[in-house]
Amino acid sequence: MAVPALVGISLVLFTVLALAPGDPFEELATNPNVPAEVRQNLRVQFGLDDPVPVRYVRWLTSMVRGDWGFSFVSRVSVDALILQRLPTTLFVLGSAQLLGLLIALPVGIFSAVRPYSLFDQVATTLAFIGFSLPTFFTGLLFILLFSIYLDWLPFIYRSDIDASGLRWMWESLKQGLMPIAVLGLFQGASLTRFTRSAVLDVIRLDYVTTARAKGLSEGATIVKHVVRNALIPVVTLVALQVPAVFTGAVITEQIFRVPGIGSLLIGAILSNDTPVVMAITFVFSCLVVLFNLIADVIYGWLDPRISYR
Amino acid sequence: MDERDIRELIAQVKAGRLSRRAFLHTMLGLGLTAPLVGQMLASVGIASAQPKSSFTPTRRGGGGLLKTLWWQAPTLLNPHFATGTKDQDASRIFYEPLGSYDPDGNILPVLAAEAPSLQNGLVAKDGLSVTWRLRKNVVWHDGKPFTADDVVFNWEYAMDPATAAVSIGQYRDIARIEKLDTHTVKIVFKTPTPFWSAPFCGPTGMIVPKHLFEPFKGAKSREAPTNLKPVGTGAYRFVDFKPGDIVRGEINPRYHVPNRPFFDQIELKGGGDAVSAARAVIQTGEYDYAWNMQVEDDILTRLEQSGKGRIDVALGGNIEHIQLNSTDPWTEIEGERSSIKTKHPFLTDPAVRQTLNLLVDRGAVQEQIYGRTGIATANFLNAPARVQSKNTKWEFNVDKASQILESSGWRRGSDGIRAKDGKKLKLVYQTAINAPRQKNQQVVKQACAKAGIEVDIKSVTASVYFSSDPANPDTYSHFSTDIQMYTTTMTQPDPQRFMDQFTSWEVASRENKWQGRNITRWRNEEYDRLWKAAEAEMDPVKRAALFIKMNDLVIQHTVVIPVVWRPRVAAISNKLRDANQSGWDSDFWALPYWSKQG
Repeated sequence: MAVPALVGISLVLFTVLALAPGDPFEELATNPNVPAEVRQNLRVQFGLDDPVPVRYVRWLTSMVRGDWGFSFVSRVSVDALILQRLPTTLFVLGSAQLLGLLIALPVGIFSAVRPYSLFDQVATTLAFIGFSLPTFFTGLLFILLFSIYLDWLPFIYRSDIDASGLRWMWESLKQGLMPIAVLGLFQGASLTRFTRSAVLDVIRLDYVTTARAKGLSEGATIVKHVVRNALIPVVTLVALQVPAVFTGAVITEQIFRVPGIGSLLIGAILSNDTPVVMAITFVFSCLVVLFNLIADVIYGWLDPRISYR
Repeated sequence: MDERDIRELIAQVKAGRLSRRAFLHTMLGLGLTAPLVGQMLASVGIASAQPKSSFTPTRRGGGGLLKTLWWQAPTLLNPHFATGTKDQDASRIFYEPLGSYDPDGNILPVLAAEAPSLQNGLVAKDGLSVTWRLRKNVVWHDGKPFTADDVVFNWEYAMDPATAAVSIGQYRDIARIEKLDTHTVKIVFKTPTPFWSAPFCGPTGMIVPKHLFEPFKGAKSREAPTNLKPVGTGAYRFVDFKPGDIVRGEINPRYHVPNRPFFDQIELKGGGDAVSAARAVIQTGEYDYAWNMQVEDDILTRLEQSGKGRIDVALGGNIEHIQLNSTDPWTEIEGERSSIKTKHPFLTDPAVRQTLNLLVDRGAVQEQIYGRTGIATANFLNAPARVQSKNTKWEFNVDKASQILESSGWRRGSDGIRAKDGKKLKLVYQTAINAPRQKNQQVVKQACAKAGIEVDIKSVTASVYFSSDPANPDTYSHFSTDIQMYTTTMTQPDPQRFMDQFTSWEVASRENKWQGRNITRWRNEEYDRLWKAAEAEMDPVKRAALFIKMNDLVIQHTVVIPVVWRPRVAAISNKLRDANQSGWDSDFWALPYWSKQG
């Protein structure tokens, strides 16, 4: 199932990109120093003047062979470009995702266990504020507060910190703090709401009452009986968000100048660098397909009633 | 102003009655470039002023880390592939040209031992060759000596079409390069070349090492490891590069200028946006230098109040202008709109052109939109009043505009729009999407409405508008509307290439896939003749007079309406010294001389 889906996705992506207006050499067009022939020459060399089907087949065959092509703009292989940015992306977005989960699970569960208590109401209010504020807004707010007024944290992310050991870790943490917090709190806010409602659905069921009637401790009831069942929808949501960790967060990366895959993608789109855009979007769709599969497997583990035959 | 007037002014400079700076500003006001002015003064033996450095170090290094911000990130470090200033600037950290241009347009020798001139005999009187003596103590970062072979190789490398070098334009007028000895080269041109410093000088003149690039000349050029790990002669050696993100360098202990550079490391961080870059330099002081501040002047002024940095405004040749279409964009001939076989229904009427010129309120545009970053101009710059001729003065006058239209037979209809012979004064005005440009469109639209001209506004995404896609009618070179506005850049130090955008053989058309440089499709025999004369004129003063005449022709015929002159703006920390821009060269033209107060 997955293979035809991926071929279909790549075909659509390629066609859309090929039909989109623009040219990777537009900067040369407005520069009178560069003769028009140079641009023509580059177009021919990079195969941009061939018909779209020919270009697609060429792209597909080389992709199958593991050759991702090279960027028109930097003339570097695409896989090298992506690998260069992967550590930063994984660090920032992975930590953000983790932070989101660390906030969402305890807060969501606790809110559901004591619905409409003071804690629940405060948590709900904060969660609503959290996911109604877009990341570009909170990002700017954080910069204004922590970098400009308080001058505690740098707002420009540097991938090369000239230090080692503890100092390196401290510096990385300092510069990563704002982007991670912005993304993590946003993720956490929506996940909290989601966890709360999932747990609330389960906690009222008869088998939970039975478990309590058996005299099981409250902790054991919640952890073993409620949470395990309630987590199924949460797992789906998290699994679908994991591929997003790979593609990065376009806006947040732009604000904090985080050199992640999101900023690579947006840069490539703006300069019509088709091979890079294709590679990133295609890897993204592969990951979506893959993580859907993983989510299905985890369901089986969480709820043995679900099985695939 | 003709040749005699210019000679008179030069004589005054020589006698010390007129300052060099004042003369330069006058000439810039007439549409010339600083390097051309430098050449004029040099031709009569006025020595170029040596750059003054405010700090004389006694030893190399000790300055710590220099942090610079480029909001467009460099994507490659081979100067021959550099597609924009971002790549040229990043390459300039490691590579050097034979000479840089200072703010006055003088050639400052870098890899050359001295600047060639007619006086020292290095420039041939017939303009067919120039001889460069190279510095002898220069070594590449890997220890190999820099020699004449490297210079010759760069020309061969760029000229090989399979290399696909973007720098080919600078080198294709060279017939051959002779190596006279290990450190002397003679560049022989195909035709007399008045502007002999185009190859190997300035932003596009950087020289790469032969011994590392020779195996990768031609079709294999993309595979050279040195495309990403440069080995140059510059003040800083390569440390690390991540395309689209960061460039780092460290001090070159064998740099050929004694006791330079000052900084131990340099970092060029790319990406983000211009406003936050300005903030990081001017307000928080996190960075020392930021490139190309395309930020509204209001914001810059507010940031400057915190006292950590300032902006530097440099003279340059970039100009935001409105082009009037000479052909009819609404009639299709053989599948081509704005074909030169057509004539515009009413923009060919001089009265209408003159009126439009009166309806662009440049004062309001400067005051309310651009501030210090856009200066109202009649041609290329507001020249001092005493040299400004009447016909290149700008004026905003709705009443006068209405009068001109009225007296030439354009009468208001019942809808308030003027018409003549059944033709209505309705214009489509296009530009790229960019906040100041949309405000500018509104200013013009309102003034036109008062005078009885209806203007429809059209905005095109920049990536489409400036693309070279022959199939898309919305690009600037297709010019499928009546008038359009954008900034044309004069990065090259000689106006010859810049002025070819009004020659008749450069008309953009379907035949040349809309790659021609003459976008307005205006054609004028006298202009063509002047342009050709300038191309071969060896006397810089006579040549300058020719350019001034060309400029006057364009302005008299209202081929374009200049709006504001766009200087280059950079943000500089108050502690950073000698980092001012040149305007005619890369931001890093004097990088080895930068220093910082403790």
